Amino acid sequence: MKLSQYLLAFLCPIIFLTSCKKNDDEITADTKSTFTMEFENQVNGNPLVLNTNTYKNAKGEDFKINIFKYYVSNIKLSKADGTVFLIPESYFLIDASKSDSEEITLKDIPTGDYTKVEYTIGVDYARNFAGAQTEALDPTNGMFWTWNSGYIFVKFEGTSPQSTATNNALTFHIGGVLDPNNTIRTFSTDINVANPLRIRTDKKPDMHFIVNAGALFTGKTDISFSTLNFTMGGANSVIVANNYANGLFRLDHIHN
Amino acid sequence: MLFLSIALMYACSKNEDKIVPEELKITFSVPSNFPSPAYNFEDNKLTNAGFTLGKKLFYEARLSADKSVSCGSCHQQFAGFTQLDHRVSHGVNNCQGKRNTPPLFNLAWQKAFFWDGGVKNIETSPLNAITDACEMGTDIETIVAFLKNTAPYPNLFNEAFGSSEINTQRVLKSITQFTAVLVSGNSKYDKVMRKESGATFSSVELAGYNLFKEKCSSCHTEPFFTDFSYRNNGLDLVSADEGRSHITGVSTDFGKFRVPTLRNIEYTSPYMHDGRFYSLDEVLEHYNSSVKAAPNLDVRLKNGIKLNDAEREQIKAFLKTLTDNEFIKNTLYSEA
Ligand code: HEC
Ligand code: HEC
Repeated sequence: MKLSQYLLAFLCPIIFLTSCKKNDDEITADTKSTFTMEFENQVNGNPLVLNTNTYKNAKGEDFKINIFKYYVSNIKLSKADGTVFLIPESYFLIDASKSDSEEITLKDIPTGDYTKVEYTIGVDYARNFAGAQTEALDPTNGMFWTWNSGYIFVKFEGTSPQSTATNNALTFHIGGVLDPNNTIRTFSTDINVANPLRIRTDKKPDMHFIVNAGALFTGKTDISFSTLNFTMGGANSVIVANNYANGLFRLDHIHN
Repeated sequence: MLFLSIALMYACSKNEDKIVPEELKITFSVPSNFPSPAYNFEDNKLTNAGFTLGKKLFYEARLSADKSVSCGSCHQQFAGFTQLDHRVSHGVNNCQGKRNTPPLFNLAWQKAFFWDGGVKNIETSPLNAITDACEMGTDIETIVAFLKNTAPYPNLFNEAFGSSEINTQRVLKSITQFTAVLVSGNSKYDKVMRKESGATFSSVELAGYNLFKEKCSSCHTEPFFTDFSYRNNGLDLVSADEGRSHITGVSTDFGKFRVPTLRNIEYTSPYMHDGRFYSLDEVLEHYNSSVKAAPNLDVRLKNGIKLNDAEREQIKAFLKTLTDNEFIKNTLYSEA
């Protein structure tokens, strides 16, 4: 009897408080809307065309690309006042062979002006070791290592006459989350305050990113395909991740 | 009249259910001498329908490339869910894998899988077997497509997950409802430990247990008879299989393998990661006289483990108390 009275006394203000909060929300009209992110795949300023076009790395070696896929996840938006919104369950796989994967739609975003965007190039630590996943993280996407649990964050396959591998192949499967070979990198960019990402109920802005596949092979370490043409995790993957950490993505413009 | 008979049949089947409710309800039970498990079905609610589907998939040979190999071909119940008499696994097109098939039980307590610990979640551990050219030689898209078009699978998925949608996640989660439920904790050893119904070791078994605690249990730690660490026990001067370093990239892990469980060891021959030994006598002779000075040999083994004939018999007698016939013969886990 006593206990339940205490409980009641304890619960009452909570009920009261939550009802207050509800009211507040209604007053400030906490609305949500949508925006899109578009990833335009390029190689050093030229459009990325799979299988046919020839590109050059920083060492002047020719190469072609057959596969180019990467994860963008845990997208965070920040406002000028410092508030941060992490978009829940934001896991996307961009695949240069699937044009509809190059534009992603983010729903249920609190309206407002955002001045910074940040995301993981790859997949966070926990999901690498989690149980069976779906959608972008479905192992059928060919981005999951079955012998060494974890996702391939960036997958690049192609050819180069300089490659000493069979059929001149280039195989760059970048992933791994354990030190010293952790390849999780984050990309973050400030947005010009004069033209922030304006999310409104009647406006669905579009952020346009340029993605440079050439960034895997330059930036910190210029890679020669005669010495590095194969990596599936490990120290060489770290070299590639350190290269693309800064150069892979660039925010080009925003259509508000 | 028709209605009546249906109603009657219904009543009858109801009654039948009630007669054997214990056998029908699939549960995951933690033996009282075990710690709490790492996998607890939180995101994969255990149900009879989920288990039934998982078991059917486990024994479904049509999932493999040449329709000849199921999980159960390599993981055989009578051998503690390893592959009897095969040094290394034997998959589609008579292909020989590179490693000995590990037994499957008490997996819910494991935090890493495979001999080198490369796989980190029980749910994703079948993927390698499915896609390996030498095991089932297929891919999960093909499996999902097959299941979508093959009765009674859509119905079974509906019963297990509430809709007949079939995808990778559901396939893997239902298989896990089978594999994670496999608990072996009713050996004579367990009953002695739990002081159950007067179970006691014979004097030879007890002598073996004491020797075991002195010489083996620093690695083969109770109650799982492994501490789940990766070690080198001196099989070769230079291991042909990289082992743990394949995953960590660290040279001091070269030639190290997960300490295997010794539960049901009587039935899981051949032994070691490459299945090189067929008998426990060979294993004990290895520890006694053939431990090689591999660069990463575990310090505890640098002088081997000397065992005279009487001691070997005692250790073997003890190891046989780890046999759990209730598990090996449990028809709940058998191919229907
Ligand atoms: C061709 C034989 C073969 C088939 C078929 C096979 N496996 Fe295995 N399984 C193995 C081998 C060999 C390993 C150990 C691999 C290693 O350590 O590199 C293993 C490891 C495992 C493990 C991890 C066990 C541990 O203790 O680390 C699980 C779980 C497993 N298999 C489940 C399955 C399931 C489920 C299927 C069916 C989808 C399956 N296996 C099919 C041979 C097979
Ligand atoms: C320093 C750690 C260590 C000690 C001590 C040790 N073992 Fe082992 N044992 C291992 C490792 C590691 C393996 C697996 C090696 C491999 O496959 O490469 C193993 C494998 C085995 C196997 C094969 C199991 C299987 O399923 O393949 C048996 C049996 C075995 N040990 C029994 C014993 C006995 C009995 C003792 C004590 C006399 C003992 N071990 C002491 C580390 C140890």
